[in-house]
Amino acid sequence: MAFGPYLLLASLEGLVTAAVLALMALGLSLVFGVMRVVNVAHGEFYMLGAVIAWWSASLISGHPALGFLLALVVSPLIVAAIALLSDRLVLRRLNYEPQATIVATIGLLYIIQQLALTFYGPDARPVQAPFDMRLALPWFGYSAYKLAIIAASIFLIIATWIGLTRTKAGLVMRATQSDPDTAQAFGIPVDRVYAVVFALGAGMAALAAVLIVPIQQAHYLMGQDPLLLSFVVVIIGGLGSLRGTVVAALFIGLSDGIISMFFSPTLAKMLATLLVALVLVFRPQGLFGTAAR
Amino acid sequence: MVDHRKAGGGITRRIALKTFGAAAGVAAAPGFVRYAQTQSSAPIKIGFQCHRTGIGAAYGRWYERVTNATVKLINDAGGINGRPIEIVTEDDGTDPKRGSEVIEKFANQHKVDLIYGTLFSHVVVGSAPIVGELKIPYYVVSEGYHVASGKLNRYCIQPGITDVKAQVRSVAPWIAQNLGKKVTLIFPDYAFGHDHRDFFEPAIRSQGGEVVAKIAIPPTETSFTRYIPQIPRETDVIYHVMVGPSVLTFVKELGEFFGSSGPQLFGFIDSLESVALDSPGLEFLEGSHFWEGMPRYAQPDQPDYVTFYREAVGLDENGASTDDSRDVSAAAHMFGCWETLYVIKAAMEASGYRGPEDRAKLIEATEAMTDMEAGREHPQGRKLFNGKIHQVFGEQYISQVKSGKLEVVHRTSIEDGLYEPEGDYTAMPF
Repeated sequence: MAFGPYLLLASLEGLVTAAVLALMALGLSLVFGVMRVVNVAHGEFYMLGAVIAWWSASLISGHPALGFLLALVVSPLIVAAIALLSDRLVLRRLNYEPQATIVATIGLLYIIQQLALTFYGPDARPVQAPFDMRLALPWFGYSAYKLAIIAASIFLIIATWIGLTRTKAGLVMRATQSDPDTAQAFGIPVDRVYAVVFALGAGMAALAAVLIVPIQQAHYLMGQDPLLLSFVVVIIGGLGSLRGTVVAALFIGLSDGIISMFFSPTLAKMLATLLVALVLVFRPQGLFGTAAR
Repeated sequence: MVDHRKAGGGITRRIALKTFGAAAGVAAAPGFVRYAQTQSSAPIKIGFQCHRTGIGAAYGRWYERVTNATVKLINDAGGINGRPIEIVTEDDGTDPKRGSEVIEKFANQHKVDLIYGTLFSHVVVGSAPIVGELKIPYYVVSEGYHVASGKLNRYCIQPGITDVKAQVRSVAPWIAQNLGKKVTLIFPDYAFGHDHRDFFEPAIRSQGGEVVAKIAIPPTETSFTRYIPQIPRETDVIYHVMVGPSVLTFVKELGEFFGSSGPQLFGFIDSLESVALDSPGLEFLEGSHFWEGMPRYAQPDQPDYVTFYREAVGLDENGASTDDSRDVSAAAHMFGCWETLYVIKAAMEASGYRGPEDRAKLIEATEAMTDMEAGREHPQGRKLFNGKIHQVFGEQYISQVKSGKLEVVHRTSIEDGLYEPEGDYTAMPF
């Protein structure tokens, strides 16, 4: 294959990775930004999203798009509800202490993963894409659904951005993020904000999973790799910075696509990890983050 | 037990004590121990190292079903040397580290007679040193070349399924004659894939063909489109052997990339073992060819013993479970469990196996085996066992996807796959 089309394919693949990564990392970043909780169980919310997508899609026979649309609505809601529950039952009781919540979310990770193994089983199960279309480019064919993922992700990121910057709920969240004590003093129910943010973050992971599951498959261990990449993205972009997360996701996704295509996937992972190390040494707050107070 | 207690009610305490004392004295006397054990009808315990979870789970599920079906048949027919088989199953998570822990558990906690049933090559390789240390026979159903390579130890045996090297050598002539001579290999980047990479190239070269590219894919990969452009344009045949949860994605993405204008495809059914061939996205496979260890779909000319085997393990016409037509089997591999258990039975009977002290005899009896006739005990077909390398050789099947089903188009001979042994386990001490 000539260099041009090769690069095009690599970039398309990278963009798909970036799109899903951005959504997922955004959830992680939001939770950290507002609550200062490092949610290690984020990958499992992603996995749950995919598993529930499989389940809800299998409820409906007929056109695959119907099952997919149902999954798109149901899966993030259920996952958000589970997150809300774990916030009430676990995180809140720990007073959101950073160290304690890390350990608690590690526990959550294992609980969710093993429950999925017990009730969903160890198989990888496919979910049909809402539409099955192959774009025949002159050099290669490409799945139209993958392009739709990129579009959906852009739409969702813009929606999140508008939600955070243009609505009252967003204002409340940002207020809580910048200083929870003062926010509380001004009558913001910080506890409730925390719960909503945690649910929202998990819901975003679930949404990313619903989008990706037609091109991968739902499997109980699928949360591990994306979790790692999300942390990479969030650390590089700066924890809590929406802009930084999106830029870093784009950068990591594209470089992963291109480097692993022209060289090797292992090299792409090595470079990403090296970048994390460099960022941690020279700019610990991340490229777009603000220094800790 | 109940009868004894009832009988005990009729005798005095003193007589009972005397009798027990005498019995204990006799039992402790030298020479009596063996006698006591030959009389024993205690079950023979076989530890089943099973991939219940992890990437091998679909295989594990069917390995377990076949194992249970075979053990039931053997036990119903009187067991081995008059003793029933008891299977003790432990999940290794398809993980070498857990696999080796499970081996220790079998030996120390369950005190099994032997260990059996492992498929994934990395688990076998990870467990082999420990079974050697614990001196416990390890009958694997793995199809990797590691046993036949002579690099493991005398306790590792593969008597129920042909190894990759022989499989690859069997199918190479057919590929060169029928599909094309320029081949691109796509394989997972670990032991199983490396076996294919290393053995296919010499095999196809001796047929006048060549490997034009070798594409190694990390086993955790979930997306494959990025690898497909590495397939050179002059490729006649893509030879693929992907395994794990992402294979469906792999085939779908090949289809998206090439549409209807791609090279010929030859796959190892490992790629799609326990995946329904009518899954969405697999239409692309229509007309392509697969290696099968044993046909998944019932063939019109299959012998009676194959029908018997399929019924016993619960397979329908399409190779799915008779209970659930969506639960597709690992037909190309799981027959190995059946045949291995019958080999264990034959070897135990030949050696007069009584207990763990006869483990070396059991292995020697297995090593002494050569021809295995096709039949109920060997439903996959005739086999030839090489005791020096602890490896069995059998016939292979090449099938084509026709209207969404696999139809056998060629059956290789045992001789197609034979190779010079590279080791000799019989020369190793126990």
